[in-house]
Amino acid sequence: MSAAPARVLPADAARPGQHTWLNSIVRWLFITVSLTFLAAVLLAPLATVFAMALAHGVKAYARVFADPDTTAAIRLTLITAAVVVPVNTVFGLAAAWAIAKFEFRGKSILVTLIDLPLAISPVIAGMLFVLLFGLQGWFGVWLQEHDVSIIFALPGIILATMFVTFPYVARELIPLMQQLGNDEEEAAITLGAGGWLTFFRVTLPKVRWGLVYGMVLCNARAMGEFGAVSVVSGHIRGLTNTMPLHIEILYNEYNFVGAFAVASLLTLLAVLTLGVKTLVERTGYRGH
Amino acid sequence: MSFRQASVLPGFGLTFGFTTFFLSTMVLLPLAALVLAASSMHWSDFVHVVFSARALGSYRLSFGASFLAASINLVFGFIIAWTLVRYEFPGRKLIDALIDMPFALPTAVSGIALTTVFAQSGWIGRYLEPLGIKVAYTWLGVTLALTLISMPFTVRAVQPALLEVQRDLEDAAETLGAGRFYVFRRIILPTVLPALLTGFTLSFARAVGEYGSVIFIAGNLPMKTEITPLLIVIHLEQFDYHGAAALGLVMLVMSFTVLFAINLLQAWGRRRHLQAASS
Repeated sequence: MSAAPARVLPADAARPGQHTWLNSIVRWLFITVSLTFLAAVLLAPLATVFAMALAHGVKAYARVFADPDTTAAIRLTLITAAVVVPVNTVFGLAAAWAIAKFEFRGKSILVTLIDLPLAISPVIAGMLFVLLFGLQGWFGVWLQEHDVSIIFALPGIILATMFVTFPYVARELIPLMQQLGNDEEEAAITLGAGGWLTFFRVTLPKVRWGLVYGMVLCNARAMGEFGAVSVVSGHIRGLTNTMPLHIEILYNEYNFVGAFAVASLLTLLAVLTLGVKTLVERTGYRGH
Repeated sequence: MSFRQASVLPGFGLTFGFTTFFLSTMVLLPLAALVLAASSMHWSDFVHVVFSARALGSYRLSFGASFLAASINLVFGFIIAWTLVRYEFPGRKLIDALIDMPFALPTAVSGIALTTVFAQSGWIGRYLEPLGIKVAYTWLGVTLALTLISMPFTVRAVQPALLEVQRDLEDAAETLGAGRFYVFRRIILPTVLPALLTGFTLSFARAVGEYGSVIFIAGNLPMKTEITPLLIVIHLEQFDYHGAAALGLVMLVMSFTVLFAINLLQAWGRRRHLQAASS
């Protein structure tokens, strides 16, 4: 997700020829079209989430979260994110160190392969794990004999989510580390610091904002993933239902207050994610 | 030439080893399972699944609606990027931050929210209904959902390119008597064209695989409003793993072709950029 530097060229306001009537009309037209389009496809749906969630008052809204199935879904989503985000963060740091600090053959292939999950439909991502661990899958019979369940259980949900969010931290860190260069690390090593010391005291502070941003994005996707988890979960209420899957069940039962109440939590998470992104960009870290 | 260049920095073995190991087990092994499952089918079964009328109908919708959505984003994405880069107006920074919303918002949430807004009784749907336009539960709804979720790709691709347009060239052209449209066609468009095409392909690739936001608004009627990812899910629910794998393979090949095209486009864009810089 490349973030463009958000700025209007300062010279624009003072440019000669900027205040002709044609320019004013074009300007007015562009702003109107942009705002109308965004209002229709983005703002109206966002507002609907909260309007529908609160349609029957705050009490009905609060009652949704007293339902044990809802709290179980929230817990499962939190557990999944708590496993997936740290694992993908460690992977992202390792991948970024190998790719940004060293020159080796086949590097561009490695980078392409890391991005691969982004090009794969979430449904296919989920299916991959069904093909591996489902009953007819490669390890299906063995798993059944040993009484291990992966598909329609927590491990499957975690694996599918991990696949889908696999590149998020690495994608933020690799260009950032490449851009920042190796000079400080080389100095630290030459002066006798060990590899781990150099990593924790030199590299990590340099890239911390990019790391935070990558983790926040990874977390947002992990908590919100629908397609991949839907395929491996089995939709067992209270057991293998994550928040997005719970939204689907409630919605299909015409329990709109419930569906939109759970959706409102995820919407707040999305707003929070964008807030962190804006803050991180303001600290001077620039996306690629 | 050795595998890697010498460096004073430690940790190559550890990080490279972990990266390739994790990549292989998490991504490559599962993908191999898919290819193997599809290729273990008899050829005629494969063709039967992949070219069934229902599958063809789903490709038409998935690829058609994605193409349409990416095209809509080509136009509106450019307009939005232009507005954000060139004009100052109240709330510009907020709008700029909101552009990424479809990335951060779970697809299920966008799905139920869009369906509610564009249903017959919804905030916008109720005004479209008298005009005879039905959005929810039709292909229009599918296109709308795909437009929303892939919108940031075009905007974010075009924004940096627009910042690079050389304003002195525009001024020079206007001083020499070129009209606004001529300036746009001969100076602005060539600079942002690679970015526009990249945005288009990224939008398209994302839209083709989308599932969560579409199934709520689509209606999911076979041959009419059933997307390919949904057909895969239906095969899986019937425990027809081979059929699902075959359809999955078709989609994967299509996605990778698109990705390959993106890489070619970006190489082309870089070359153009270098040529422009050196001339």
